[in-house]
Amino acid sequence: MTKIKTQYNRRSFLKISAAAGGGMLIGFSWFTGCTSDKKIKETVAIPKEWFEINGYIKIGDTGMVTIYSPNPEIGQNVRTSMPMIVAEELDVDWNNVVVEQAPLNTGIYQNQFAGGSLSIRLSWNALRMAGATGRRMLLEAAAKEWGVAVSDLSVAKGIIKEINGERSIGYGAIASKAVGIEIPEEVELKDIHDFELIGTSKKNVEGEKIVTGKPMYGLDFKREGMQLAMIQHPPAFGMKLKDFNEEEIKAMPGVKDAFTIDITVEDPAWCDEKGFLQLIALVGDSTWQLMKAKKAIKANWEKASELENSEMHTNLLETALVSGTVKDSRKDGDPDDAFSKAVKVIERSYSSPFLPHNTLEPMNFFANVTDSSAELIGPTQTPEALETSVSKLLGLPIEDITVNMTRIGGGFGRRLYVHFGVEAAAISKKIGAPVKIIYTREDDMTQGTYRPAYQLVYKAGLDESNNLVAFSVKGAGLPEGSVFKDRFPAGTVDNYLAENINVETNVTTGAWRAPRSHFTAGAEQAFLDEVAELAGKDPIDFRLELFDRAINKPVGEKNEYEPERYAGVLKLVKEKSNWGETKPGIYRGVAAYFCHHSYVAQVVDVAMENGKPKVKKVWCAVDCGIVINPDGAENIIQGGVIDGIGHAMYSQLTFENGTPNETNFDRYQLIRHSQAPEAIEVYFVDSDVDPTGLGEPGLPPVVGALANAIYQATGQRLYKQPFANNMAMEKVVG
Amino acid sequence: MVIKRGVYIFCTLESKLLIHLAMPTFTLKINGNKHTVEADMDTPLLWILRDHLDLLGTKYGCGIGQCGACTVHVNGNAVRSCLLQVSQAEGMKITTIEGLSEDADHPVQKAWLEHDVYQCGYCQSGQIMSAAALLENNPNPSDEDIDAAMNGNICRCGTYVRIKQAIKTASKL
Repeated sequence: MTKIKTQYNRRSFLKISAAAGGGMLIGFSWFTGCTSDKKIKETVAIPKEWFEINGYIKIGDTGMVTIYSPNPEIGQNVRTSMPMIVAEELDVDWNNVVVEQAPLNTGIYQNQFAGGSLSIRLSWNALRMAGATGRRMLLEAAAKEWGVAVSDLSVAKGIIKEINGERSIGYGAIASKAVGIEIPEEVELKDIHDFELIGTSKKNVEGEKIVTGKPMYGLDFKREGMQLAMIQHPPAFGMKLKDFNEEEIKAMPGVKDAFTIDITVEDPAWCDEKGFLQLIALVGDSTWQLMKAKKAIKANWEKASELENSEMHTNLLETALVSGTVKDSRKDGDPDDAFSKAVKVIERSYSSPFLPHNTLEPMNFFANVTDSSAELIGPTQTPEALETSVSKLLGLPIEDITVNMTRIGGGFGRRLYVHFGVEAAAISKKIGAPVKIIYTREDDMTQGTYRPAYQLVYKAGLDESNNLVAFSVKGAGLPEGSVFKDRFPAGTVDNYLAENINVETNVTTGAWRAPRSHFTAGAEQAFLDEVAELAGKDPIDFRLELFDRAINKPVGEKNEYEPERYAGVLKLVKEKSNWGETKPGIYRGVAAYFCHHSYVAQVVDVAMENGKPKVKKVWCAVDCGIVINPDGAENIIQGGVIDGIGHAMYSQLTFENGTPNETNFDRYQLIRHSQAPEAIEVYFVDSDVDPTGLGEPGLPPVVGALANAIYQATGQRLYKQPFANNMAMEKVVG
Repeated sequence: MVIKRGVYIFCTLESKLLIHLAMPTFTLKINGNKHTVEADMDTPLLWILRDHLDLLGTKYGCGIGQCGACTVHVNGNAVRSCLLQVSQAEGMKITTIEGLSEDADHPVQKAWLEHDVYQCGYCQSGQIMSAAALLENNPNPSDEDIDAAMNGNICRCGTYVRIKQAIKTASKL
């Protein structure tokens, strides 16, 4: 493997940002104190006094350290990995660290969101600086106390020692003095090769709370005097509320109030995406009674725009691919001419349906709105966007709004959108009391910000020596095409055309784990498998040839990826999976993809069981730069693989007259235990590159590797998702 | 108000005739403790646990017995608490995730910690309760036994491989 250098030299000094400097805050923990951890009780006593070092670090007089984790925790395990980065530079024993969720605080932190696989990537420097600043201030405090220079001191695991002397002092004992130390203007970061904590596997800091069922999620949040609320939205996209049997509903047991809310805000941002802005709201104190009252709603809905259906969606996309206006394109060389001269030409079309996110914790949020303030608590991937939207809705200044983040029962992009928090605020304002809004599963599935529906057409031309001489891809999507025009194979072929077409729909859509890549990767990698077959080449060798071209003589100047690293993961997965080795009854497919600045190659092994393909094993090679927490990183890649296989094989959301046909897990199939691979091996490229994305890149390529393996097993190429629709698969339900 | 199970009481409120379902009381044995709750008789045990008793480890995911997030033990069997009405739960021995062990030391919990199974963690109470019931009845399950017992529990994050490994580890503890 090639080692790639980080941007920092051996002694990197970084100017201190506001984040690592001053700023006091109170972390967010409720129901369960952070010190309930067995681990902590065994290693360090609970402090009597805490000292705020900076916005990330609080040190107790016993040496216990609290590290605030700034970003939302949606299962990507940043509540463990972000504090690990701070602790590394702070030089503190991980066993003495407790973690608290920081509230939204734009004065102290930047980029407090969970999206685009960006949490670690964007905060890497800030987290390192926060730790290094704390370390420096503690060292200066000790140096001052002993009348020596900082250079006379060393520190390890929270203990400061005199290099040529006897004296030593723990962080806990010197912390009170560090508070008065002036914040340094710049700070020295560790050499990455001196990391002791980063790169070692640490358990999820909330594991014990998870396995004992401690309340941590938004749906678990309770407060004295809090009401519960549910909403009812129109039954179809394209419909809106006229009126409903308000008095009858108000008279139902457990219903304290029923009314309509309007969550329209001025200048809506992308995060305000929502199909239905006028909703019926029910308030009470029993979830079950509200659910029953919701079923008794008799509303008059009126048509506001076209009521779409799935057949129409397919036709719209097919038509767009033939005659739609291209919005975004790239052209290298002369593709038309090259295709006309090509010896072999192959063209294939691919499609995928709308998909809901289906986080297992349905949408919910707590709001307590008064005349002069709004307090918001719950599961959001974008607390700052929520704050802005609530500010617009209520006409309250941002300063009077607070947002706290609970642990989140799944994100996948769904909680980038803020409407459920805005709805909670609107209801709280109306009733003048704190309220928690709860979506039923049906609410959640039928008013989503869905993964868009897509179609792609690929075309490739080979010369007489089976070299790829022409390549084109054209994508159409409801509402936007999924083509990344500057990604592979751009740069590897002289004559190249990439085009995107947008098609309008009134179905609300949004970011869904690895937006656009989740579909494009699978289609592209399945298509390349066919091209390699047509060329009579091994699929890995065929791709490596293309990367050689991109390395030695790249076409065009704006290619998003680094071909060496792309080829690197393919070579690694080839080695680890013993590619080329044949096993009786095992059929293999391969794929590789670049997204979120990371590279992932995967090999899928499929066997036929009772006439149906079953994924036995998956190998993954991942280059995501420096890996913070290897076991946690492996878990996320494994999850991406299962997520990718599951949705490609089984899941779809279809529409009839604007109404989703699938409303709950009886008709909507998510992958289940028996359908998951038996084993998923994950290998990370040893790298010095600053960390890149990890939450999303594990998902996209597996769709292609799966399709390619199933082709080997069955002789059938798969073009339409969900694949199971093409194979008479049995549905597995709970 | 007269409280008798299933009795409808007719009363007037603001001069409108309403049919009001009186709230009967139920006595439940949960995690070794007796609880008396007042609720509609068709209230699912799930909402009794969550709304009435603050036993919030049992999760809501679908409400129709398809996702398994609300799994509890009823007389030793894994049961979806969203489908069990409170009126049917009286007299039964109910165990929730909070009652599975004193100190996170049930073999299944220990194995889950060892394998760091979870991602978002939301489904894991239900997964653990299903796994614990499986091992109680079948101490050395095959892969097929595990699939059969666990197929009713969805993990949206895709931790299935680790769950299977953890069940195998737990079977040896």
